[in-house]
Amino acid sequence: MLIDLTLCVGCNVCQGACKEENQLPPREEKYLSLTAFTALSKYNDLYIRRMCQHCDVPTCVSVCPVAALSKAEAGPVAYDGEKCIGCRYCLQACPYHVPKYEWSSTKPRIQKCKFCAPRLAKGLPPACAEACPTGATIFGGREELLLEAAHRVSAEPTKYVPRIYGKDDVGGTSMLYLSPVPFEQLGFDSRLGKIPMPMLTMSALSKVPNVLSVGGVMLGGIWWITNRRSEVAAFEASEKKGETPRHEDKP
Amino acid sequence: MKIRLLPRISRWHPIATTLILAGTLAAIARFTYGLGATTNLSDEFPWGLWIGFDFLGIGLAASGFTIVAAVHLFHAKEYEPIVRPAILTAFIGYMLVVLVLILDLGRPDHFWHPLVMWNPHSVMCEISWCLMLYTSVLSLEFAPIVLERFNILWPIKWIHTISLPLMIFGVLLSTLHQSSFGSLYLIVPNRLHALWYTPLLPVLFFISCLASGISMILLESLIFSRGGRDLLPTRLRANLAKVIAVILALYFVVRVENLLARGALAEMTTLTYFSLAFYAEMLIGFVIPFGLLVVERVRNSRRGLYAATLLVVVGFALNRMNTAITGLETYPAQTYFPSLIEIFIMLGITALGFSAFSFIVKHLPIFEPVAVTPRVRQEAVTARPEPVFLTRHGGDLESS
Repeated sequence: MLIDLTLCVGCNVCQGACKEENQLPPREEKYLSLTAFTALSKYNDLYIRRMCQHCDVPTCVSVCPVAALSKAEAGPVAYDGEKCIGCRYCLQACPYHVPKYEWSSTKPRIQKCKFCAPRLAKGLPPACAEACPTGATIFGGREELLLEAAHRVSAEPTKYVPRIYGKDDVGGTSMLYLSPVPFEQLGFDSRLGKIPMPMLTMSALSKVPNVLSVGGVMLGGIWWITNRRSEVAAFEASEKKGETPRHEDKP
Repeated sequence: MKIRLLPRISRWHPIATTLILAGTLAAIARFTYGLGATTNLSDEFPWGLWIGFDFLGIGLAASGFTIVAAVHLFHAKEYEPIVRPAILTAFIGYMLVVLVLILDLGRPDHFWHPLVMWNPHSVMCEISWCLMLYTSVLSLEFAPIVLERFNILWPIKWIHTISLPLMIFGVLLSTLHQSSFGSLYLIVPNRLHALWYTPLLPVLFFISCLASGISMILLESLIFSRGGRDLLPTRLRANLAKVIAVILALYFVVRVENLLARGALAEMTTLTYFSLAFYAEMLIGFVIPFGLLVVERVRNSRRGLYAATLLVVVGFALNRMNTAITGLETYPAQTYFPSLIEIFIMLGITALGFSAFSFIVKHLPIFEPVAVTPRVRQEAVTARPEPVFLTRHGGDLESS
């Protein structure tokens, strides 16, 4: 989806459509919550839509120990509550602070935007994109949206900052943003960078097989050497003992 | 009034019982009302005191693999008397951590899922596998002590034949998950404060657990030989102390060098909540004990060693709690303080650990100074000449 902030008027129809689609209580909410999978936050006179970014290399999918989260070919990052063990690593790790936890439940799950996966399967656009009256949110293939975004920026370079947020941030996301002001002013974390977050862990995890093989051989070798050394010492001691009179040998 | 022949009523028992009961009630509340009502955890602070406790428990249980490696793999046989205490400490430590982890999970009934649903990209998945496998290894290493007590010798023989690969596997597993607890935070560079976040987290976690594990076992050997015979001669204790000093120095150099290389000097020189927490852990856990342990008189003195190792353990606890809690308070400028129920569960589980430890020490031969004269090996127990796995026959080689 491409979200053009210059076109958003803050009507909140997207949240209403989202709530209807996901059968959530219809009251208006300012922040992401268990009952709001998308929300508009206001910066001066700009509205920015928060929601799951459905990253191309999702942090939450990489950290989940039981693969309860998964990235579908069509874009959505899906969640399976039946697999979830409730370790809450996804809440800790998500660079956009998207997953929300059912803290008050004794069988808690996480909740977040589902990218209207059932609608996509039927060939329909997500509910929010369909509902948007100004065209601030449009749905399409990632490549064509990137072209469209680049086209908009080059057509009106004074209107936009020359950046498509989500093109390659944290390795690229399914949500693309265009803005008239620098993204840092809109609450986007400027420290995230372009490398997918899971690469940070992989740098450590990829060493596991090496630790096992090299470590195993090394420890085995050390055992063999030290064992041999004490065997030799014992043998030499017994040689010496052999020379001494027998009665001194007894403990 | 004290009557000499009656058993002494200790203060420890009522305290432990109260804590365990309070912890049990708190745990019941946690399961009945859910995490939201009973903890101060939130979407912004999904991990809290219990995760810190896990780091602490696992770190202090590191003696289980360091001492086993030193004595049985590197053949430093003179340290044999502390092998059993080390294995017991590790065994209890891991049991407690597994208990806390299950309490911490949102769906404790799904705790077995990592066994069948894998995700090789997840550090958490690797940790659950390592924890599970290493707890099994520890159970096998601990089993002979129990079996010996009941005179069931055939499984000991069986365990003994696989002891070498088992011990190597245990050391490798420990190396992996001790460092992986640090790797957990590699993925939150935007959340964890610059004084704690570094790509070297796994390395630092590993180095520091070596120091804390050995300190813990020295501390235990000092406490449990009070009045009685010494578990380790002064010379060997001083040697271990020297090893701790070297590890502390290594940690200090790697950590500070890395901080400077990452440009965190500004964070270190300004006086903030975070820099204070940083200096507290570095001074208490690393600088002061290092200063103490390089002095020969301290290494040779019981009281000096007691103070220094206690400092290492406290500083280690601060370091892990800072990584798990303080360092994460930067985002979203929100503070976290554990709820009473979180604290009671933690205290209850700690008390349970101490009680289990003192119970086992009372009934099984854990703390036994090594025999001065070498004893003849029991062939029924040890079929192979070396290594003598968990049997208490120091000076074996001379006798054969």
